[in-house]
Amino acid sequence: MPQMGESIAEGTVSKWLKQVGEAVQRDEPILEISTDKVDAEIPSPSSGTLVEIAVAEGETVEVGTVVAFIDTDAGAAIAGAPSAPSAPEAAEQEREAEREPTRAAAPAASSAAEAPAPASSAADALSPASTAPASTGAAAPAAEPAPAAARQSTAPPAPPASAPAASGAATTAEERLRTRSTPVVRKIAAEHGVDIATVPGTGHAGRVTKQDILSFIESDGREVAPGAAARSAAAEPSRPAGPAAARAEAAPSSDLWNAFYREVRHPEYAVREADQVEPMDKIRRLTAEHMVLAKRVAPHVHSFIEIDFTAVDRVRAAHKARWVAQGERVSYTAFVAWAVSRVLGDFPMVNSTVSGNNVIYRGNVNLGMAVDLNPGLIVPVVHDADHLGLVGIARKIVDLAERARARKLTPDEIQGATFSITNPGVLGTLVGLPVIPKGTAAILGTGAIEKRVVVVTDAETGTDSMAIRKRSLFSLGYDHRIVDGADAARFLSSLKEMLESFPEDA
Amino acid sequence: MGRVSYGASLELQEELVARRRSGDVADTLLLLEHPHVITLGSSSDPAHVLADDAELRRRGIERFEVGRGGDVTYHGPGQLVAYPIFELKPDRRDLHAYLRDLEDVLIGLAGAYGIDAERRAGATGVWTRSGKLAAIGVRVSSGWITSHGLALNVANDLSYFDTIVPCGIAGARVTSLARELGRDIGLSDVMEELVRQVCRVFGADEVEYASRTSCRADDIS
Repeated sequence: MPQMGESIAEGTVSKWLKQVGEAVQRDEPILEISTDKVDAEIPSPSSGTLVEIAVAEGETVEVGTVVAFIDTDAGAAIAGAPSAPSAPEAAEQEREAEREPTRAAAPAASSAAEAPAPASSAADALSPASTAPASTGAAAPAAEPAPAAARQSTAPPAPPASAPAASGAATTAEERLRTRSTPVVRKIAAEHGVDIATVPGTGHAGRVTKQDILSFIESDGREVAPGAAARSAAAEPSRPAGPAAARAEAAPSSDLWNAFYREVRHPEYAVREADQVEPMDKIRRLTAEHMVLAKRVAPHVHSFIEIDFTAVDRVRAAHKARWVAQGERVSYTAFVAWAVSRVLGDFPMVNSTVSGNNVIYRGNVNLGMAVDLNPGLIVPVVHDADHLGLVGIARKIVDLAERARARKLTPDEIQGATFSITNPGVLGTLVGLPVIPKGTAAILGTGAIEKRVVVVTDAETGTDSMAIRKRSLFSLGYDHRIVDGADAARFLSSLKEMLESFPEDA
Repeated sequence: MGRVSYGASLELQEELVARRRSGDVADTLLLLEHPHVITLGSSSDPAHVLADDAELRRRGIERFEVGRGGDVTYHGPGQLVAYPIFELKPDRRDLHAYLRDLEDVLIGLAGAYGIDAERRAGATGVWTRSGKLAAIGVRVSSGWITSHGLALNVANDLSYFDTIVPCGIAGARVTSLARELGRDIGLSDVMEELVRQVCRVFGADEVEYASRTSCRADDIS
């Protein structure tokens, strides 16, 4: 399955245009794939005979998966041993990396991946490693809830094929990712005598894009600009070990480091009589992994503030008739999300993430909104929330939540959060201490909104009196490496002020 | 090109794709209207056609299954359909980027009419506050030649969308330029703006091609 676009993680084989045994010419279309809104013909990387179709029509596979084997005219007979294509063919396919049907999924493929590794450029077409990051998103067929937790899990679900390649040869795998680039980029690199492996990539899985190579040449190969680092990380949020920036550091890859920051093993306990033992399903396993890693990496601190919802209620009441008429559902959560998206701009450290010895300040405000699936939880993302109005955010939240429950979210929609909001209060909880999702610096937990007796002071007379007000406790969980207690306090009081004087025209 | 039957537009596109690949023609943008028709893309769920055959016949709606991406859609008079037959340049060879470029064209166009339109993550197409303004479904043939494209609701009767689940998104509402503006609007004005936006997004090279298209359009219709 060739890489047909930077953000494309998988494709569905819609039709085979050639059958096994048929001769194919180089560049002749051999199959059609479909991916979100696009059908595309895939041309053959070389001339020869189609000897095996590995993926049936209707099947969806990750980018990098072998879809077919072609016995090339060069006479490299591979029929009968399709899992280990010959070196000449691999080399041929490498030259056609952009279009070739690459391999990865079959267990046998990992050996195929290792074989050409010494000729490091030949390896770039072979993608177990390169598909690993993509696979977290790609494990997201529309009907499957898995992507929820997968969204930030660096550790892929570890099918046997990708595991050895990804962990066993981390450095070379990374090199492969980076040398994997389009012919245009390779041509530019060759013309300027640049080794692509030295260029920080901001593309998919750290690939070097045309822009990257041009900037690199322009800067005479100096350290990558911070902007590029930020962009790269934004482009590939599922890889917290940010492509450009992190690699500029001495990549810490000791066993200990891997064991602590990449691997999660859950201790086992004795089973007693009358107990029942069930394997965790995928969403649960990924969630468990993510939670352990998130807690290991970020020193969590929580701060609280109580918010008065009188102003929000006033705005709600004023617009309610119109919203109902228009079929809009503007929940308290939408108000909170709107306010957060406006306040975050003033607190870049709250909308950031620590990456190696750098801090990546995110250029977008993408709000992860936890949705209870009962069982399970998924965190779809309202992208660029700061550019949406209140109703726009509300609509987005309703849409994402509905589709989350219908298991109809796309990988894009659960990736790229820069800040998260979770609402334990909806079930009556007074307040929660949420875990900060990996790759972000903070999460807001909203407690139950309930009527409380509070002391209010008359603005004119200064007289105190008791009043009944709708209030809620909010908690901010933040990564204490980058967010100080005072930052959190300032962020929370700005948020409080925004919500307690909610603008009529939001 | 005026009103072109869906079948004829398929043949024309097929021919143009072949001729574009061989270099006989430059990048070409087809602008047209279809009679009432429902089309199913290769990833369509037939259940997303809500009307039964009898209902379709009664309302004079044809039905096609075609090799483009995307789910069920509807075309009809008053809707501007644009089929770019472009050879994507090497730096544009990215299926998603192409979809985003088409969205960019449409958002720019809506903006030119003072309408706030936006993308929705995971739901290709262009949306306003009140619904889906334009649908997108494309095909990329060998050699990165595009066909199919976009359908922009200009002044069409939106009730025809009741016969389908647009793009497979249940509960999605549709809207049109005329509805957003609260006034009637002619296809030809919108066409000019669309060409401008295509030129903006795809670069100056296409200006010539687009104008050549209008010549082609005359030849054909």
